Amino acid sequence: MKRTIPLLITGIVGAVLVIAYFIPHPPFDSLREDFSIFFDIIAAVAFILGGGNLIKMHGNRVSRREEGWGYSLVTVVGFLVVLAIGLTKVGNPDGFRGSSVTAAGSLFDYAYQFVFRPCAATMFALLAFYVASASFRAFRAKNLEATILLLVAFTILIGRTFVGAWMTSWLPDSLHFLTIPYLAEKIMVVLNYAGNRAIMIGIALGIVSTSLKVIIGIDRSYLGSD
Amino acid sequence: MQPFGSVCPQHPGRRAGGLRSATAFVSGLILFVCLALPLGAQVPTTAGSAGVGLTPAGGVSPVRDLEAADTPSDRGESATVRWAPPREDTGAGGAVLGYAIQRAPQPEGPFETIGQASPGATRYDDTHVANGERYFYRVVTLSASGDVASPVAGPAIARAQWINTNQWNVFIVLVLLLGFNLYFIEHIRSGRKTFIRKIAGLEAVAEAVGRATEMGRPILFVPGIQDMNDIQTVAGVTILGHIGRTVAEYDSQLVVPTSRALVMTTARETVKEAYLSAGRPESYNEDNIYYVTDEQFGYVAGVNGYMVRNKPATCFYMGAFFAESLILAETGNSIGAIQVAGTAMPAQLPFFVAACDYTLIGEELFAASAYLSGEPKQLGSIKGQDIGKFVGMLSIILGVSILTLADLTGWEPLTRIAEFIQSFWSTELA
Repeated sequence: MKRTIPLLITGIVGAVLVIAYFIPHPPFDSLREDFSIFFDIIAAVAFILGGGNLIKMHGNRVSRREEGWGYSLVTVVGFLVVLAIGLTKVGNPDGFRGSSVTAAGSLFDYAYQFVFRPCAATMFALLAFYVASASFRAFRAKNLEATILLLVAFTILIGRTFVGAWMTSWLPDSLHFLTIPYLAEKIMVVLNYAGNRAIMIGIALGIVSTSLKVIIGIDRSYLGSD
Repeated sequence: MQPFGSVCPQHPGRRAGGLRSATAFVSGLILFVCLALPLGAQVPTTAGSAGVGLTPAGGVSPVRDLEAADTPSDRGESATVRWAPPREDTGAGGAVLGYAIQRAPQPEGPFETIGQASPGATRYDDTHVANGERYFYRVVTLSASGDVASPVAGPAIARAQWINTNQWNVFIVLVLLLGFNLYFIEHIRSGRKTFIRKIAGLEAVAEAVGRATEMGRPILFVPGIQDMNDIQTVAGVTILGHIGRTVAEYDSQLVVPTSRALVMTTARETVKEAYLSAGRPESYNEDNIYYVTDEQFGYVAGVNGYMVRNKPATCFYMGAFFAESLILAETGNSIGAIQVAGTAMPAQLPFFVAACDYTLIGEELFAASAYLSGEPKQLGSIKGQDIGKFVGMLSIILGVSILTLADLTGWEPLTRIAEFIQSFWSTELA
């Protein structure tokens, strides 16, 4: 029973939503939106579980003084402070009932603008360094394929800057197809698009196939077993 | 009632409601579409049926062949007006400045302007109409030398349709794929052998888990940053189930930080069942699957912090990833972990390829669950998927060849065939 009911729910809801895609008539037209709202409600309830889990896990670490408990303390304090200023709308210009929790000038907005955003931007900025280190490893000319990859990457990098245009500006118009910006553009528009589309077609087929397997009940591994 | 694919109690070797029910379901769908297709169609009413309102002006002509009808394949509450532009319409910057679309409840008016269209436009969808009401339309050509109105077209009566005929091609592709899947599932189940190429990333799962066990370090599994309504997360969680069982057999430690509370709940159930099926329920630790935060970079910071502090020997990234993909994979690389990634986000694939030891590219992520299970019914779906790909390839080659030939020879039938192939794979509205 524990396995049959989830399988039935998955199969029926999945099949109804697939059929609804081809039926624009009410009540089928709004099914997708309705189920999306149901999902949001479930996710909102689950968020309480998530928040509870966060407090429980990090609270335990702090109370047991486990390794790295200081980070957990920052997490718990941050969570509770933001929750408190969000619920009480401290500093809201129009008072508790007058405006949104995210209203400009509120303490919640202040915390978001001056604490959260700089932290998120810092993490995002790390990407630049990671791109450099990953590119360095990927573009080492170890074999023929890696050498081709290096040449292509170099052409695109150069072709997208003024250096590419400058380096081949002396070529006559009849040899325009040999200029680096032109080559970079063709690599991106022809070769890259073709490869990308091939991957996209495979992904689309994979999504359809996986969805059908889950709806029909062939794939049950999301329930924890085959 | 038996669920699809469950075992029939009277005939344990056979499926009770599985393939036959699915085949009946497909047949029912086809029958339903065939019966319902003629319903709800309205013949467009062309201008001239109520000819009033021509305002002569020098310079530009009125639009031609004006038609007003219910918008096809929709939920109603919409009417579509189509026209052929006058010869003077040469696009933006030409003599025609645009079109004003006017509507009235009676052919004789009064007309009110309900919208405008740019030069070169040939269609306007009026989405502010009530179902069952009669509406008459005319299009006024706007120009610097004066405006000129077309004859009136109508009545257009909006109705909700039962079948979305715009998506007939999607329906056929879906039915074909389902058919291929079911055929190959039955084909493999009957004992016939089939070739499934080896996927290096999945072959390495046992090796990666074994390495972590030998090193006495944990195994990290990141199921992406999307919720359970994303099919990539579902695919990631199904792979987690298989990995969970391997980890349970090796008696190693599996850690799953999630960015969505619902993913945490699902992952817990999946891993718990995996440990149970491996015969080691006592080794399952619920606290190893925990929620971090919904925020993208907050989640990355949390997972990276865990990586740097605990140095997992193996990292799996399976699901939907965005900018965080490279930050996670590079951190994993810096701590010397074996890394296996899988995603269907094309923009993130190069990052994973550059930073991970193995990468499941697009469709391989969706094939992984079937591949790891090794079950005939699941492997059949991979073959079905392959045949779908083959049909797509054939269609591309045929389309390109026919279009090239049509262009070279100018032979009309070839052009029509090429246009048909193009429209078959198009999802644009009719």
